[in-house]
Amino acid sequence: MLALRSARLLRASQPLSKVPRRWSGSISQRPGSDRVRFPGAINSKFTTDMAFINPSEMPNIPTYRVMDSDGVLVDKSRKSIDVPKEEILSWYINMLTVSVMDVIMFEAQRQGRLSFYMVSAGEEGISVGSAAALTPDDVVFAQYREAGVFQQRGFTLKDFMSQLFANRHDNSKGRNMPVHYGCNYPRTHTISSPLATQIPQASGAAYALKLEALQSPDTPPRIVACYFGEGAASEGDFHAGLNIAATRSCPVVFICRNNGYAISTPTLEQYRGDGIASRGIGYGIDTIRVDGNDIFAVYEAMREARRLALRDGGKPVLIEAMSYRVSHHSTSDDSFAYRARVEVEDWKRRDNPIIRLRKWLENEGHWNEDLERDTRDQLRKSVLKEFGDAEREKKPPLREAFEGVYEELTEEAEAQKKELKRILETYPEEYDLHQFQDGVKGL
Amino acid sequence: MASLRLSRLIPRPRRGYSTAASPSSRLNLPIDYKSTPLLHHTPSTLSDTLDLPSSTTSKSLNFYQAINSALRTALSTSNKVMLFGEDVAFGGVFRCSMDLQTEFGSERVFNTPLTEQGIVGFAIGAAAQGMKPVAEIQFADYVFPAFDQIVNEAAKFRFREGATGVNIGGMVVRMPCGAVGHGALYHSQSPESLFAHVPGVQVVMPRSPSQAKGLLLSAIFESKNPVIFMEPKVLYRAAVEHVPSEYYTIPLNTAEVVKPGNDITVISYGQPMYLCSAAIAAAEKALGASIELIDLRTIYPWDRQTVLDSVKKTGRAIVVHESMINYGVGAEVAATIQDGAFLRLEAPVKRVAGWSTHTGLLYEKFIIPDVARIYDAIKQTLEY
Repeated sequence: MLALRSARLLRASQPLSKVPRRWSGSISQRPGSDRVRFPGAINSKFTTDMAFINPSEMPNIPTYRVMDSDGVLVDKSRKSIDVPKEEILSWYINMLTVSVMDVIMFEAQRQGRLSFYMVSAGEEGISVGSAAALTPDDVVFAQYREAGVFQQRGFTLKDFMSQLFANRHDNSKGRNMPVHYGCNYPRTHTISSPLATQIPQASGAAYALKLEALQSPDTPPRIVACYFGEGAASEGDFHAGLNIAATRSCPVVFICRNNGYAISTPTLEQYRGDGIASRGIGYGIDTIRVDGNDIFAVYEAMREARRLALRDGGKPVLIEAMSYRVSHHSTSDDSFAYRARVEVEDWKRRDNPIIRLRKWLENEGHWNEDLERDTRDQLRKSVLKEFGDAEREKKPPLREAFEGVYEELTEEAEAQKKELKRILETYPEEYDLHQFQDGVKGL
Repeated sequence: MASLRLSRLIPRPRRGYSTAASPSSRLNLPIDYKSTPLLHHTPSTLSDTLDLPSSTTSKSLNFYQAINSALRTALSTSNKVMLFGEDVAFGGVFRCSMDLQTEFGSERVFNTPLTEQGIVGFAIGAAAQGMKPVAEIQFADYVFPAFDQIVNEAAKFRFREGATGVNIGGMVVRMPCGAVGHGALYHSQSPESLFAHVPGVQVVMPRSPSQAKGLLLSAIFESKNPVIFMEPKVLYRAAVEHVPSEYYTIPLNTAEVVKPGNDITVISYGQPMYLCSAAIAAAEKALGASIELIDLRTIYPWDRQTVLDSVKKTGRAIVVHESMINYGVGAEVAATIQDGAFLRLEAPVKRVAGWSTHTGLLYEKFIIPDVARIYDAIKQTLEY
């Protein structure tokens, strides 16, 4: 297949940037050369020392950190955080909002008020801190544990609650499971449950942004941010997405939330080698590992990654943000079936992105116990108010069951809708439609 | 968190998210698994139905326990049997592999990384070297990365190898499937017709715990072909019946006449068997008809003769399945009936199946067949 296609493809290929063209016929093995000039590895020295590279003998990739678990900046010689105090306070409140909402909604699910929920306890710093470095014009593809990204990008409590209760204001029209949020602007694509599918999509979207920038140089530069967990990084789509982003030099930042668990599977059974960061290096992608509990480290790494991603016509960057999944995987999971309660309690106590930023704010004199209590009370009241309003709201009309499959309803779907209407009208006592806007007429 | 008295803070609305039946329902009632005639509520009916000696001992098990029992039986019967998939080690998200790693060791029962194409490819390789791998895909909705391995590799393996004689018989890919009430787009799908379009794999979907154990053991030990074994996940806890404790098999590729009748044949498989059974009971009472119910059990290659024999007798047929009607199993069954029993037909073969859309969270109960729709189809077909 390759042989048949390649000649035509090579002629059609118009490189957009000056990336090395390894397939070029100008590279050949010169007599007496001290290095490999094969097309597959253009600058590898010959050696007579047969040595296999044993990754376990190599030093692990370090973890970038700005402040320690007491909220104190580690590097005394560095300049202070160059972000206005108000903005840092807004990050803190955004993390708190997600955390307060998580506690209430987890409990609401336990009490049967909604079908499903996923908290992001312990990972609020990664989502809020990274999203804080994005512009509203940047595009996000997320997984399902990034409520903080939505919060930081302006998703309101009403937006969250409308989706969670699948009411008529829900962007996804009552079609998706809870926590599958989506937003047109700032463009944050609707969450899809299958893992890693968003990764190659993010590369493609980033390539579109790159072409757009070439074709309309006046548009402000923008990137794609793509979130996923370390479990998802085992899927083929992860490898496909990173590799294609590297070969097409796409302005995309991949953010891996490495929280230690994919449902019950610990990282030791998920991968070998030095985390997900080492994969990025393999694909020739600029890579950093950061302390995910340190919102400053996450923010700074993301800000720099965004800058790198836009340099030289674009390139992908990988951030591996380390954290610990304090919560169960979801409301369908009881994680104490596979990990010790003490391990979780230990992590909760030892480190947490919210407590860490709070300590920094208190050290700086920007926060105190009174503000904490009042803010939490206020957030709790706001969440509960939106909860009640959203839960009472009507569901979307029944026709949303059929619409949106294609741009226009097919003749077949029209006939099925008609048949369903006949059934609903023939057996009215069998169906409770009162929650749906316009009842049977909404079909 | 316990201090959060939500019901005091926000009064509960009349109904929560649950898509339960209307209070006035007479047909669309929740399935009563404790009384349905499809389950062996006592051991007395087991030996006859499953062709087992009357000395057979049994235990009351739900569907996931029956799968667990089949897997335990398989792992202790042959050390060629392996069991793996995502989160299998701690018992699996649906508890089907509970305690099996402890009992049989992590060499044969283990977690894999999160990669469906890897899991199925791994199973194919192991089977090609003579093992009997049982691979678990966590949800049928997540099998699609493995579609290449199933369609291009597993299904074509024997055919491609030809005279080398190498094959992957003994390989089974298990996956929970089907709607549960709140699974929405990605925890509800039943992709059996996609696999049934692929000659080379056998596609099985059992309706009950005792059927599941016998069919799964058959898939592992009797079948010499790769098997896609689909488990209706709504039955995992709901369906409870007596299941023989010993090793037994139920032959693949054979349908079962679950209930005899003379006036109309209802053909189904998996969870909708219970909906059909309830609709049949209501229709027999209200319309005075005698209705035959057939469980396909194996969806491909399927038991055409049993279905044709039945329809030749009754002259009327309905096919019921949960997955979408478009190019679904019902289309194949209906076409086969009109081809093989045309002159005996007294009404068009009717299909009651999911509408041609995705399973939107709120709309599931309107999209997939319910008792009222099956009842209506029976009535219309009888009155045609």
